[in-house]
Amino acid sequence: MTGVRVAGVGLTQFGRQPERTGRDLFAEAALAAREDAGISGDDIEEINYGNFMGALAERQGHQAPLMAEMVGVNCPATRYEEACASAGVAVREAVRTVRSGEADVVLAGGCERMTNLSTADVTEGLATAADDLYEIRAGITFPSAYALMARAYFERFGGSREDLAHVAMKNHDNALPNEYAQFHREITVEEALDAPMVADPLGLLDACPVTDGASAVVFVSDEYAAANDLEAPVSVTGSGQGGDNLALQAREQLAVTPATERAASEAYADAGRDPDDVDLVEVHDCFTIAEVLAIEGLGFYEAGEGVGAARRGETTASGDRPVNLSGGLKAKGHPVGATGGSQIAEMTRLLRGDHPNSEHVPDATVGVTHNAGGTVASAVVHVLEVDR
Amino acid sequence: MTDENAGYDEWLDAIDDGEGYSYVCPEGHGSLPPRRVCPDCGSPELERTPLSETGTVETFTVCYVAAPDFADEEPYATAIADFGDVRLTGVVRGIDPEEVSVGMTVEPAVGTNETTGDDLLALRTR
Repeated sequence: MTGVRVAGVGLTQFGRQPERTGRDLFAEAALAAREDAGISGDDIEEINYGNFMGALAERQGHQAPLMAEMVGVNCPATRYEEACASAGVAVREAVRTVRSGEADVVLAGGCERMTNLSTADVTEGLATAADDLYEIRAGITFPSAYALMARAYFERFGGSREDLAHVAMKNHDNALPNEYAQFHREITVEEALDAPMVADPLGLLDACPVTDGASAVVFVSDEYAAANDLEAPVSVTGSGQGGDNLALQAREQLAVTPATERAASEAYADAGRDPDDVDLVEVHDCFTIAEVLAIEGLGFYEAGEGVGAARRGETTASGDRPVNLSGGLKAKGHPVGATGGSQIAEMTRLLRGDHPNSEHVPDATVGVTHNAGGTVASAVVHVLEVDR
Repeated sequence: MTDENAGYDEWLDAIDDGEGYSYVCPEGHGSLPPRRVCPDCGSPELERTPLSETGTVETFTVCYVAAPDFADEEPYATAIADFGDVRLTGVVRGIDPEEVSVGMTVEPAVGTNETTGDDLLALRTR
């Protein structure tokens, strides 16, 4: 089994760019990743492409070979779909493929085109990640599903909308210097609390925006990196994935996310690490409550303790263990099928020292990424470590 | 596209007739149709068990931004209620959405989606 390194990363601007095609977005990210890696396109042996709703948004199925063509590479290309964790599973399969020795170079990432749709159509498209028979027919939307979890959390553990507002404010602060982020705007706790309600108890500023964007990462074997003299200081040392029942109603509990716990314990064991070793984290904060559930599921907080972490300053840029220094899905943006790759790209930049927020974590060596699908019916966790 | 869903449709009809049910395996895990094995333990021995007549709201949300199929309902409350063997997710009927609370007693019923005219699972207040 060989070690796996991140040779290069590429991102597009995240934001509203409704006129841009998915194929052009992904090509930009993938070509940037190839350039960052300093490798020839001919060396790419497989492309793993994450995408959730391209058939709805662009009337384009069968996207993976199209993406390979756009990157100018003729190799096997496969689309991975796991709702908002689509790129996370695309990355995980790339890591497994390189590790097993089946390939030396795999490009993984994803893309989502969303803002060309109306808000109502995006809402309907995203809701298809929930159970059609038992949730969508009862009016469940993506925000309302997380609102059900938020209220269940408050009922069981306490916490308040104000605690969640601190998560939103933190992630907007973190996005300020990030050139790829959708929002470059500070918000206050009061603004978050006063924002229009989307699905009580979650308001507009508890929710991530609707975003167009793409991400790409070039994974290589240790041997390939050495043989080609690549500057690739970041390795993927752990990978894990967990699942759960699709519908919330079928879960044992509504205020915890066992899929994250399962993915995390597999990834930590794989890397030989435990939560105390982790210096910084990028988690799936599609809603503010999702960040709380994630940092608890990843083992940084006991259930019920994570909700106050941002308010207490423990997860801010200057805190003990910064969470979502990229701005997170909340402020950097959430192009659904691209997000899992974007998290790896941002963590790599943060650990390499070439991210605008690297200055907050100059001595960091271990980072964790967490990508979740739907209401965490699927979760993917990776451990990344940098040579110091 | 036909909107017939065998297993689910019969279950919803049974709710409408006041004869709602769930499946329970020998280990006591509850589940809903269509179902061939228990989702928790894989047991194929699923016994059709009458649904409790009432349930308790465990969590709820009031949705102000609906998908197109619920455009005429805004705002509306969706709740998850505990019926013992299983939980059910439904649109709360019989009360102002903003008056719904955790712990309320509800009963399952078939309501009408005001936007599409389709049947939906309602949780009716007593």
